[in-house]
Amino acid sequence: MTQVPPSPSHGPVLAIRGLRTEFRSGRNWYPAVRGLDLTLNRNETLAVVGESGSGKSVTALSILRLLPEGGARIAAGNIELDGKDLLTLSERDMDRVRGDRIGMVFQEPMTALNPTMRIGDQVEEALRIHRGLDRAAARREALALLEEVKLPSAAQRMHEYPHQFSGGMRQRVVIAMALACRPQVLLADEPTTALDVTIQAQVLSLLDELKRTYGMSMMIITHNLGVVALIADRVAVMYAGQVVEEAPVRSLFAMPRHPYTEALLRATPRVDEDAGTLAPIPGQVPSIRAMPPGCAYAPRCPLRRPPCETEVPPLQADGDRLLRCWVRNNERIAA
Amino acid sequence: MSAPTVQDAGGHDGLEVLNLRKEYRSTGLFGRTRRTVRAVDGVDFHVPPGGSLGLVGESGCGKSTAARCILRLAEADSGSIRYEGLDVRAARGPALRMLRRRVQMVFQDPYSTLNPKRTIGQTLEEPLHVHGIASGRAAREAARALLGEVGLGTDAMERLPSEFSGGQRQRIGIARALILGPSLLIADEPVSALDVSVQAQILRLLDELRERRGLSFLFVSHDLGVVRHICDAVAVMYLGGIVERGPVREVFDAPLHPYTKILRAASPVPDPAARVTMMRIEGEIPSAAAPPPGCAFHARCPAAFARCSQERPLLREVVPGRAVACHLFP
Ligand SMILES: Nc1ncnc2c1ncn2[C@@H]1O[C@H](COP(=O)(O)OP(=O)(O)OP(=O)(O)O)[C@@H](O)[C@H]1O
Ligand SMILES: Nc1ncnc2c1ncn2[C@@H]1O[C@H](COP(=O)(O)OP(=O)(O)OP(=O)(O)O)[C@@H](O)[C@H]1O
Ligand code: SF4
Ligand SMILES: [Mg+2]
Ligand SMILES: [Mg+2]
Repeated sequence: MTQVPPSPSHGPVLAIRGLRTEFRSGRNWYPAVRGLDLTLNRNETLAVVGESGSGKSVTALSILRLLPEGGARIAAGNIELDGKDLLTLSERDMDRVRGDRIGMVFQEPMTALNPTMRIGDQVEEALRIHRGLDRAAARREALALLEEVKLPSAAQRMHEYPHQFSGGMRQRVVIAMALACRPQVLLADEPTTALDVTIQAQVLSLLDELKRTYGMSMMIITHNLGVVALIADRVAVMYAGQVVEEAPVRSLFAMPRHPYTEALLRATPRVDEDAGTLAPIPGQVPSIRAMPPGCAYAPRCPLRRPPCETEVPPLQADGDRLLRCWVRNNERIAA
Repeated sequence: MSAPTVQDAGGHDGLEVLNLRKEYRSTGLFGRTRRTVRAVDGVDFHVPPGGSLGLVGESGCGKSTAARCILRLAEADSGSIRYEGLDVRAARGPALRMLRRRVQMVFQDPYSTLNPKRTIGQTLEEPLHVHGIASGRAAREAARALLGEVGLGTDAMERLPSEFSGGQRQRIGIARALILGPSLLIADEPVSALDVSVQAQILRLLDELRERRGLSFLFVSHDLGVVRHICDAVAVMYLGGIVERGPVREVFDAPLHPYTKILRAASPVPDPAARVTMMRIEGEIPSAAAPPPGCAFHARCPAAFARCSQERPLLREVVPGRAVACHLFP
């Protein structure tokens, strides 16, 4: 049994500082994550939200050190788990961290499952590797875990293969495997994006419940603001490889401050409100090879002023939130 | 918007679908078990001229199959489909050609339906040649004008599909659907693959086109928010059948069918205050290959009673303009 060291019930468990992750194209390196600062507190659910290409998955892969070999590198920054920098660990120690201390759930459950192995055997294997249980104990624990993720008739279905399961059931199995090691942190990258909405609601409430019973911290990556509103305690909005706004979930939705956060909300068609209010965001997320020199959002921003297009705005504290915007940060100073 | 509603059936206007059925027979995983999937199992709806009907429901409920039958991309087993007074299922020769001009399709992934080796100009002009509507300079002018209308520069004429982003490709897909001047667009998840910002751009474009050209829409989507935005009426499908139908605002603000209630409650809204309604939703979506007897939804339904597992409820009007298939509304 791994003993999780007793730790305070709040404060950061994961702290990312100044992370810069780059990809190579020809002779040049281009940053997809550009000086990212992000902390995940104990017992907290942090949602990272942003459009396609904003650097969410690259951030997750950087934390796990699973970036593609060769064409990718972490050029700067550190990533501390419980005060220990993951970027300095040996490959072997890092292997332990993955799965032992950080559980992972990705969008497509089949990437985490072995199609030729029975579901129960896969969960058992995870338990034997990460918790060092013997066969009989692993079997008992596997069944308990599958019941915990609410796999219907778990005792029978654990003898089936992944292809016999629906997408939602597969994702439950992946969650059971991620929990096998009782991780401190659960990292979930678009865990419900491939699922139907009723199944999405089931999986999200399961994650929320498990987070509480296990006392975990959860970082959930999504492009869906509705999912954020459902599950997050705190939200980081990413744009072009940076956090542009970070706030407690209620403040963020009640009063978005960054022009991009505001624009995202106004561009989301809502099932609970009438049409007519939908406002598209002009233009597109910039490519990592053509980053605007100043504020990355400036080319699309209705509020931009002279400093915006030439100088990068800093991420500054603003009440209960962090904000990266020349105009909005100055409004507050002026007030 | 004061578009007509779905319910003013009767005339020969617009699109009228009655008791549409389509089965697929397939062999099981190891070629042993044969199964029949009732993909569309007796569906009725009406899209009036200038109206837009959303077809919503979860994966596998038969939305695309219904759309494909109307376009004759799949042949229905039974039922009637009429468009502008024409019998769609029986149409041959000139009648079918006329239909192909009047009814057009927009797909989720336009890239897979665009020829990667042909320029956008060639792709847009081709239907004009095939239908003998225009050629040469006239065809080129029509294509250019349309590119402007969907918000692309005319320099797109000489470029290949691979040179465009997802949102731009969807604009091209829409331009191609419009080139023959259709009156009905059938769009199957046209914005599902797009980011919110681009999605909103395309929805705005579709709104404008509808207004300017008086188009009708049959809009297939699993996203209730998108449907609320673009449609005036909605039909909710579950396992091949329509469970509820009515004006979009009424159905989503006060759903009647227990499945619509669950679907609506499970659809995330960007408002943490709505979180309390993250209710317990039980059960998996059953397979259309083994639909339960009685009401297809009874196994998951929190309000089910004895009759629900025995008798299939029929879709009937319960409030003017709103129809529900549920024994709670006899
Ligand atoms: N292996 C790679 N090689 C080169 N560029 C990459 C690679 N992986 C990601 N990128 C680039 O890095 C940027 C960030 O990508 P990332 O996958 O993190 O986006 P994301 O926010 O997860 O988007 P999505 O919502 O689409 O998953 C993008 O511009 C992407 O093109
Ligand atoms: N060509 C086919 N052959 C066999 N079965 C099919 C075929 N097309 C559809 N089906 C089956 O018919 C049912 C309805 O499928 P359909 O594609 O219409 O659903 P849908 O509502 O469009 O779902 P989605 O939201 O996933 O697109 C499903 O059970 C599907 O597996
Ligand atoms: S810094 Fe300027 S361009 Fe950037 S979001 Fe703020 S106002 Fe807009
Ligand atoms: Mg991603
Ligand atoms: Mg479909």
